[in-house]
Amino acid sequence: MNQLLHLSANPHVRDNITTSEIMRDVMIAMIPTAVYGVMQWGANAAFVILFTTIAAVLAEFIYQRCMKLPITITDWSAAVTGMILALNCPPDIPIWIPVLGAFFAIIVIKQLYGGLGHNWMNPALGARCFLLISFAGKMTSFTNVGADGVSGATPLALLKADPAATADLSALFLGRVPGTIGEVSKLCLLFGALYLIARKVISPKIPCIYIATVAVFTLLFGGRGFDLYYVACELCAGGLIFGAFFMATDYVTSPITPNGQIVFAVILGLLTGLFRLFGGSAEGVSYAIILSNILVPMINRMTIPKAFGREGEKK
Amino acid sequence: MNKYMERIYNGIIKENPTFIIMLGMCPTLATTTSAINGLGMGLSTTAVLMCSNLVISALRKTIPERMRLPGEIVVVASFVTIVQLLIQAYVPALYSALGIYIPLIVVNCIILGRAEAYALFNEPDVSFFDGLGMGLGFSLALTLIGAVRELLGAGSVFGIPLIPEEYHISIFVLAPGAFLVLAMLTAVQNKLKLPSATNGDAPKPEFVCSGNCLGCFSDCAEKADERKEA
Repeated sequence: MNQLLHLSANPHVRDNITTSEIMRDVMIAMIPTAVYGVMQWGANAAFVILFTTIAAVLAEFIYQRCMKLPITITDWSAAVTGMILALNCPPDIPIWIPVLGAFFAIIVIKQLYGGLGHNWMNPALGARCFLLISFAGKMTSFTNVGADGVSGATPLALLKADPAATADLSALFLGRVPGTIGEVSKLCLLFGALYLIARKVISPKIPCIYIATVAVFTLLFGGRGFDLYYVACELCAGGLIFGAFFMATDYVTSPITPNGQIVFAVILGLLTGLFRLFGGSAEGVSYAIILSNILVPMINRMTIPKAFGREGEKK
Repeated sequence: MNKYMERIYNGIIKENPTFIIMLGMCPTLATTTSAINGLGMGLSTTAVLMCSNLVISALRKTIPERMRLPGEIVVVASFVTIVQLLIQAYVPALYSALGIYIPLIVVNCIILGRAEAYALFNEPDVSFFDGLGMGLGFSLALTLIGAVRELLGAGSVFGIPLIPEEYHISIFVLAPGAFLVLAMLTAVQNKLKLPSATNGDAPKPEFVCSGNCLGCFSDCAEKADERKEA
């Protein structure tokens, strides 16, 4: 029976491009921001990235070996999950925490649901939220940039805490601010995102609509009037750019229909805005993305495009 | 094994309400934040279950068929109120930890399930031991789940610290942890093909026929006929 049927993860499009090539492109696109993070925060950040990526691949190997499944670690998807998770962690975190998160991401969120193509939640983000809830203190203590090494609040938290506070947009854009390893340098992230778009790995549709929705929401409900500088700071602060280009575009957990992608991006933007401006914590991207992931099957079902030639059909 | 011991064995092992029949999932998920809370919830339920089984069984010829459910609820609710007031008076810490889940024992499906499936068709003495067995099975399950969650999430078991604080994975004492632990447990049961209500492949345990197919989980011949007719 197994010889007759070829089982593989979706999408079942005939093309020369393979899962491993796509995943390798995503890895390449994350290298600039990872390098920037390591340069800014030093060796611990490098160890976090290295060990989390290894742990994710190892978790996949161990699970598939134990369950007697075909070993698929060579498709790079586990490595990408580990890398995204590492980039989502603060630079000074004890290494065992992201390693535990990598095992949770691969085994609980991805493999228990059937492996690549079957998980309904982005594994890296699911694990990040698992770690955020479990180790709230360690996951949210960020080191200040510079030689002092003391921990400080992220610009996003400062903007939220004080309605009169302003942030330095150029520092935000270049990444000279406290934050997780991979989220701070918008320049490097946009560089990676452009590479992905140029290689046609991701379409700019979801990220652009997502960021635009957050911008409009922040402008309307930010409570600072028509202050475009503040909106730009909000967009560059926190994990929005990273989440929009690298996590909201995950093939498995985003809608496949063209209209569904628009709906998904708008929901993401609204949720992120809601969590950021009205929620308890300053950051809302992770929870917005995993909550929207849950809605994806429903969005897909409700936005099935009409077949060609049937547009004018009346009931 | 006499018929009383058989009932207790049945409740703890063969038809364990949590692990095998999978009833009463709401208190199982909500009150197992620590081993002691799980044990407290289990023992409160046991007390109610024994008394309600005894009284409902004694009244089984008096309660008219059509007034069965209201009759049972009155009996169960009375005992739950007694237990609630006793816990509030003597173990206030447990009372505040369990909160709304003590009054909610009234609608615990194990209690109504045993009344419907067993006490209404059997003598008061065996019904009493059936309630004891089921209650102990429930307590054991809740204590075990509570111990696992407490160990992972708060680093202690029954309040005895075992793991230093920086290694606590606090999600396990929160709501998601309950789902995670129970799901893992059920997954292991299904993988090992152990009997459980979620495991279609497992050999069905041989249930003792109580004469009432409504609350029974067995695949006995009568029930198969019934399904064919339906």
